Amino acid sequence: MIPEIGHFALILALCVAVVQGSLPIYGAAVGSSALMSVAKPAARGQFILVLLAFCCLGYAFAAKDFSVLYVAATSNSQLPLHYRLAAIWGAHEGSLLLWTFILTIWMVAVTLFSTHLPEAMRARILGVMGLVSLGFLLFMLTVSNPFERLIPAAADGRDLNPLLQDPGMVMHPPMLYMGYVGFSVAFAFAIAALLGGNLDAAWARWSRPWTTAAWCFLTVGIALGSGWAYYELGWGGWWFWDPVENASFMPWLAGTALIHSLAVTDKRGGFKVWTVLLAILAFSLSLVGTFLVRSGVLTSVHAFATDPKRGLFILIFLAIVIGGSLLLYAWRAPRVGLGGSFDMVSREAMLLGNNVLLIAALGSVLLGTLYPLFLDALGLGKISVGPPYFDTVFVPLMTPAIFLMGIGPLALWKKASLPDLAMRLRWAFGASLVTALLLPFVLGKWTPLISLGLLLALWIVTTTIVNIRERVSHLVGNSLTSCLAALPRAYWGMVLAHCGIAIFIVGVTMVKGFEVEQDLRMNVGETSTIGGYTFRFDGVREIKGPNYMAARGMFHVTKWGHDVTDMYPEKRHYSVQNQTMTEAAIDSGLLRDLYVSLGEPLAGGAWSVRLYHKPFIDWIWGGCLIMALGGVLAMSDRRYRLAWRREESLAQATPHPLGQEVL
Amino acid sequence: MKRFLLPLAIFVVVVGFLGIGLTLNPREVPSPLVGKPAPEFALPQLYEPQNTLSLKDMSGKVWLLNFWASWCGGCKEEHPVLMQLAKAGEVPIYGMDYKDQREEALAWLRRWGNPYPVIAVDEAGRVGINYGVYGVPETYVIDKAGMIRYKQIGPLDEEILQKKILPLVRELQKQ
Repeated sequence: MIPEIGHFALILALCVAVVQGSLPIYGAAVGSSALMSVAKPAARGQFILVLLAFCCLGYAFAAKDFSVLYVAATSNSQLPLHYRLAAIWGAHEGSLLLWTFILTIWMVAVTLFSTHLPEAMRARILGVMGLVSLGFLLFMLTVSNPFERLIPAAADGRDLNPLLQDPGMVMHPPMLYMGYVGFSVAFAFAIAALLGGNLDAAWARWSRPWTTAAWCFLTVGIALGSGWAYYELGWGGWWFWDPVENASFMPWLAGTALIHSLAVTDKRGGFKVWTVLLAILAFSLSLVGTFLVRSGVLTSVHAFATDPKRGLFILIFLAIVIGGSLLLYAWRAPRVGLGGSFDMVSREAMLLGNNVLLIAALGSVLLGTLYPLFLDALGLGKISVGPPYFDTVFVPLMTPAIFLMGIGPLALWKKASLPDLAMRLRWAFGASLVTALLLPFVLGKWTPLISLGLLLALWIVTTTIVNIRERVSHLVGNSLTSCLAALPRAYWGMVLAHCGIAIFIVGVTMVKGFEVEQDLRMNVGETSTIGGYTFRFDGVREIKGPNYMAARGMFHVTKWGHDVTDMYPEKRHYSVQNQTMTEAAIDSGLLRDLYVSLGEPLAGGAWSVRLYHKPFIDWIWGGCLIMALGGVLAMSDRRYRLAWRREESLAQATPHPLGQEVL
Repeated sequence: MKRFLLPLAIFVVVVGFLGIGLTLNPREVPSPLVGKPAPEFALPQLYEPQNTLSLKDMSGKVWLLNFWASWCGGCKEEHPVLMQLAKAGEVPIYGMDYKDQREEALAWLRRWGNPYPVIAVDEAGRVGINYGVYGVPETYVIDKAGMIRYKQIGPLDEEILQKKILPLVRELQKQ
């Protein structure tokens, strides 16, 4: 009964989506206020209905209702409750429900925080989101219904994939989807603006907090996924350039470019057409990502059960949504006109440079991801594109982008002077260069890449310090703290996000340059030393988990004779799916991770063991979190909050605090 | 106007490729073993563990070698196809029980039927390595001289059987 209620709720939601996707847009075109006012209650109604469906599926999992096919396929009676609930998004059908549910959450958020928007604009935004939701509901109800019954019911479920039975996996998909789907708001804003024909600075200002919010979620989502791969896959890597990882990284690159381009549109009225295109691109890539994961056109560690019918459905959906948007763009964009002019050396030009580099990086990731498919389709053979390609392409593209990142915030809008910038930044550059050249020697090993990585990270930090100093010196404040507090939050958000990049780069550089890895056979009682830490293998014990059996290795770690920690890596066997999982033991620290994973049992109680010493690896994810935190800070800037209070007249009357011309 | 159509044009090309991609199988990798002699093996049989099955036992006839396991979902999917083929009797299918437990394999065959005249047990998966098995099920067509002529990765279906495997078998049987 409960699953049927969920199914019925989805059908009703589909009907509501049809209404939401048609009447308000039509109403906006003919200027009918009555039709436009349908958007808000429709969006909220859809949210309630999809929420109901979501809860029904959650209930089916909680109650172990194995007469529901999806529940029987992705859970098991021995699976603990929290993983049973996370199993809602453990496979294809439920992930789609989560996707749609999150889309309705964003819709409700738009109804709540858009009271200041012109009615036609709001109606169009919600209408476009309704159309997107329509596509997904239709997809679920036709070829991937999570409520499909299994009659007769299974005695027990086939269990959740053991890889997904992990706290990181519980949080990773919702976060990632919040990001993916969040770009639908920026997308809907762009489409609404194209439909209405009013691409002005106000439009950009309204889009900015939404874009930043989606970007923050996506950043955290990707970081969680990377962290999960690091400790769950058992071989210590944190990014594999797997097609599905790339599918999440491409919208991130587009979103990053969009955030910067929106800043120009908001501040200077420039880049309008480009910004619209990026907004379409960011969401399109989210959809393409969904297609790549679901359709099985590419091989990937994330391969869900694939079905050609589903692939075809998504492809048609993609063609309609993206093709339609790009057609609209080609039709409307020529009338938008250009923004203010700017000099070759100016903040606009640098942001444009940054955009071009980000999009070039995006293009190369897209090419690398789809290249095997292209060759295969043309009958030119089977190949796979691996990390060497991506690493080779990425470093030369990101190096100038990060160099610009240091200069951009210091350059003036419209026209800056190169000699002046060079004067202001000469100390920052000199200090970064000397430190980056010498520091690796102190650390014990010099390679060009280590120096380059450190140079880029230091460059970001030193230019940021110069920037803050200059800002403060322009303020006539009393104390330093009050001066710092007077700078707007959007500025601090940018500083924080840029420093997050620096921290991320330090992490990547140190791990790539200094990690030590040892693959060895260890007998009980034997020791091995890496990176100054001595690991003693104390044998293996059998233990029993809720739905698995495990061999737990015991390692005692010491440094200079002092105890550091005990580590317990496991080799788990999940009986229902007959899968073996390596559960690495990790001792995290600010400056290093120790990482132990068990290989195979060998003769005489010995095991093959992998030991890693990974300096600064946590900085990789720490950097991502700081970037996201920067985004949150920027969103909370008062200029957006004022806008949300519909008191636009008041907002204009408020004297702008100094340093307003921030990104 | 033209430059504003450029994104759409690029998108159309990408969609075209994605559409073709849907009809292709990225896991279908040409096996280097096709056209080479089948690797030797001699393994205990599933029903009579005291007896062994080896490559030589099949020399002089065209036969299929099917890697399967009771834990494998794709094997159940292709099972009706194998049963039908066995009934038709056109070509024998020898089973290779891959990384499996004996009792479970026997129970599986009791439940779904046994299309194989003889099944060898590759418990450690070493023969699978020699044959370059990625995952089960995989099916090999081996000719009278013991050469691998075709390799099917993933479940067999009626279409592959009728269009690829049976015509090839008939041709090989004539030689």
